[in-house]
Amino acid sequence: MAFDSFAAFMAMDGHGPYVWTCYAVFFLLMGAITWWSLRQRRVIIAQQRRRMDSAPVRDERSAAASFTRIESSQD
Amino acid sequence: MTMASETGLPICTPDMSVGTLSAMKAVFVRDLKIALRQPQDLLNPLLFFVMVVTLFPLGVSPEVSFLREAGSGILWVAALLSVLLSLDHLFRHDFDDGTLEQLVLQPQPLFLLVLAKSLAHWVLTGLPLVLLAPVLGVMVHLEGNSIAVLCLTLLIGTPVLSLIGSIGAALTLGLRSAGVLLSLLIIPLYIPVLIFGTGTVMAASEGAPVGGQLALMGAFLVLALTLAPFASAAALRISLSNS
Amino acid sequence: MWQIFHKLGSPKWFFGIASALMPWLLGIGVALFMTGIVWGLVFAPQDYLQGNSYRIIFIHVPSAFLAQSVYIMMAVAALVTLVWRMKLADVFVRSAAPVGAVLTFLALFTGAVWGKPTWGTWWIWDARLTSMLILLFLYFGVMALGAAISDEKSSARAVAVLVLVGVVNIPIIKYSVEWWNTLHQPATFKLTEKPSMPAEMWVPLLLSVLGLYLIFGWLACLRMQTDILAREGRTRWVKELVQARGN
Repeated sequence: MAFDSFAAFMAMDGHGPYVWTCYAVFFLLMGAITWWSLRQRRVIIAQQRRRMDSAPVRDERSAAASFTRIESSQD
Repeated sequence: MTMASETGLPICTPDMSVGTLSAMKAVFVRDLKIALRQPQDLLNPLLFFVMVVTLFPLGVSPEVSFLREAGSGILWVAALLSVLLSLDHLFRHDFDDGTLEQLVLQPQPLFLLVLAKSLAHWVLTGLPLVLLAPVLGVMVHLEGNSIAVLCLTLLIGTPVLSLIGSIGAALTLGLRSAGVLLSLLIIPLYIPVLIFGTGTVMAASEGAPVGGQLALMGAFLVLALTLAPFASAAALRISLSNS
Repeated sequence: MWQIFHKLGSPKWFFGIASALMPWLLGIGVALFMTGIVWGLVFAPQDYLQGNSYRIIFIHVPSAFLAQSVYIMMAVAALVTLVWRMKLADVFVRSAAPVGAVLTFLALFTGAVWGKPTWGTWWIWDARLTSMLILLFLYFGVMALGAAISDEKSSARAVAVLVLVGVVNIPIIKYSVEWWNTLHQPATFKLTEKPSMPAEMWVPLLLSVLGLYLIFGWLACLRMQTDILAREGRTRWVKELVQARGN
């Protein structure tokens, strides 16, 4: 243990603000990119599901039946 | 059979019997001729160069001591920016009128033709900058020896700028807002040339020997000459398959 | 051997492997990383020169290390994209670039904050910080080019060319920035170079580097899976997968 008390640990001999800012920003940004990635994944899955609901899975038959079929939900 | 582009100049014959060197020469001469028919386009980067240099005494300080110290950097940054500005023209016209696709279809290796185009670009923009640099060098109070070294570094450095820039121009061909994107991609790659260009002049102004640094810049040039045409040829093929 | 290689290129196969690996990557990664920084923050001895501010090292060095090796990994993937036209390699480049940019920014930020108590100023044009800044520009360039080209195939190959051009330039940039630095300021105090670091310092450092590596692996897998779901939305296995999953 390099520190005598919790207060000393937080203060870090006056360097506390610097050290804790760094750690805070690190966890904030890593958390942000993780959150963003998870959200993107949810959005994509929801999108795929919506597309499947509007065009149910019977691709073999319908694809063969009409050449001009256009996928309406491409967003 | 010669193919004629919009400008009425022969490109090069799509024929194996034409040697690679003469094909390169044809591309080179063609680019020069087209550019000379539009002298205003040639003048613009030079005017830009002069104007950017003018901004520094006005915007920062006209004092001799400041200008003498910062002059080489100012000139190098201005030269870099004006090369960057002119890069958009490197492939744009040929892309628009379809000449570029003909160039890609030639039996001669594309990277050599791209090299010829990059060299033509240097002759049209880099070389005039080098010739103009002494005048501006005097205006920012550089000493005679420093001006000579500055011109030498620009002479070695601007071809590197054209060659690396050709990669960026090829990658951003046909994209919206290609100009800004091009700068974004290319500026980080220009940094080593800038550092050595200004560093060499500073060393010279302090009376230090500059042979080693000039040799290093020469090494940059050789590296760019050998590698950049391959990258821009690959990028050109990609951009053309995209459109 | 080639069969494995072809399998590697198959998004479906990768998706399965990634799903199996991800809990391990995240669990072990977080455990190692947290052990590293708690050890570093609480138990490691104080540095005799820099005092406690050196404890930033336990996130600064992992970020900087990852920032550089992510670019190298991207370059390897870019080579694979160009040579074998492997779709998965491009998926990696695209998924890793934003993470690499965040890590580069973190390395810069922590370096700058560390500089305040050490050098007395927030920013110094130190060789390492400057080349990190240029690396950040390279990441931004890759991301911008990838976003600008809409066609999937040419976008993949154009980005690959750019990443490779960048990786050729990285050593040149590093070298020239170091040379430039010695030209402008004679050998300043260097942040992370110590003649001999005691084990109480380098063991937690090693742990946090390894941990962040694994966490990056998890994040890359997650983002690659998302990208695959978006690209392969029309294939049968993705449809089945989406239907089977709750969320």
